[in-house]
Amino acid sequence: MDFLSDIILKVVKSNGLIAAFVIVGAITWFSYWASKNLTKGRVHGSAIAIVIGLILAYVGGELTHGKKGIADVTLFSGIGLMGGAMLRDFCIIATAFGIDLRELKKAGLAGVLALVISMALNFAIGAVVAYAFGYTDAVSMTTIGAGVATFIVGPVTGAALGASSDVIALSIAAGVVKSIAVMLVTPLLAKPFGLTTPAAATVYGGLMGTTSGTAAGLAATDPKLVPYGALTSTFYTGFGCLVGPSICYFVIKAIVG
Amino acid sequence: MVIYGLTLMGLCAIVGNVLGELLGKMLGISANVGGVGFAMLFLVLLARKLMDKGKLSKLAESGIMFWNAMYIPVVIAMAAQQNVVAALKGGWVAVIGGLAAVFVCFFLIRPLSKLTISDDADDAAKATN
Repeated sequence: MDFLSDIILKVVKSNGLIAAFVIVGAITWFSYWASKNLTKGRVHGSAIAIVIGLILAYVGGELTHGKKGIADVTLFSGIGLMGGAMLRDFCIIATAFGIDLRELKKAGLAGVLALVISMALNFAIGAVVAYAFGYTDAVSMTTIGAGVATFIVGPVTGAALGASSDVIALSIAAGVVKSIAVMLVTPLLAKPFGLTTPAAATVYGGLMGTTSGTAAGLAATDPKLVPYGALTSTFYTGFGCLVGPSICYFVIKAIVG
Repeated sequence: MVIYGLTLMGLCAIVGNVLGELLGKMLGISANVGGVGFAMLFLVLLARKLMDKGKLSKLAESGIMFWNAMYIPVVIAMAAQQNVVAALKGGWVAVIGGLAAVFVCFFLIRPLSKLTISDDADDAAKATN
C-alpha cells in the first residue's frame, strides 16, 4: 500500500492547483450543507467556508511555522496559487462586470470621504493603543497605526520611518487581526449597521480598507455587494502608504514630540 | 470565443496595475495605488461599450462570468493562507488595535451612506409617483 500512497502524493503535488479546486470544492460543499442543516440557513455557507479556511490556515501555520497558512504544507501548496494575489485580483476585476455605474456615481463622494476619515481614525486608534502599551515614540506609534490601517501600510510606513523590526512585526499582526476580524464580523453586523445597499458597500470598502477582509466579508454577506466594496478598498492601501510616513507621522510627532 | 472575455479582462488588469504602479511612483511611494480599482473601472466602461455595439459575444461574456463565479472559492483559498498564527501571537496591541478599528468603522457606515441619500430620495420619489 505504501507505493500507492507515494503515487497519490506525487500526483497531488504535481497537480497543486487542481488539488486546490478539489479541496476548496469539498470545503464549500460541506459548508453549504452545514449552513442548511446545522444553522437552518442563518449562517451563510460562504461564511462557514471562510472560517474553515482560517482554521486550516492556523493549523498550517502551527505545523510549518511558515507565513502562508495551509499553503506552506507541500500537499496543499496549490491553495497558495488559487488564493494568491494574482487570481484574487483577477476575480475581483471580474466582479466589476456586474457593477451598476449609477450606483457607483451616487456613492462616489461618500466612498472617498470614508477613505479619508477611516485612514485618520485608524492611525489615531493604532497610535493610542500603541501609546497605552508603552510604545510612546512617534515612529512606533505611527507604524502601529499604519498596521491597523492594513498589513501592507504597516511595514511600508515602518520601513520608511526606520521603525524597529519588532514594531514592524506588530504592525503586520495588527493588520492581519483587522483583516480576519472584517471577514468574520461583516456577515454578523451587516444588517444592524445598514450594510445592505451598493452605496453602503462602497462606503464600507473605503472604511475597512483591507482588500482581503472586505472581499471575504462581503462575499459571506451578499455577493452582489462585492464589487462596490472592492472598488473603494483597492485605493486604501495605496492611500495609506502615501499619507502614513508623511502627514500621519508629522501629526503624531507634533502631538507626542 | 471564451478567450476574448479573458483577454479583455486581462488587458484591463494589466493596464490598471501599470497605472496604479505609475501613480505610486509619481507620489514617491513603493505601493500600487488603486491598480485593481482602475482595472475594474476600465472593465465596466469597456464591457458596456462593447455590449452596446453588440461586439461582446455570449461566449466571451461567459469567460468573464466564470471568474466572477470563482470569486468566493478563491476567497476561501485566500483565507486558508492567512498568517493566522502571527495574528494570534501578535499580543494585545495587535488584537486590540485591529479589533477597535473595525468596530469604530462599522459605526460610520450608516452616517456616511446617508450622504448619498439625496439621490436615493429622488429615486424613491420617482418610484412612488
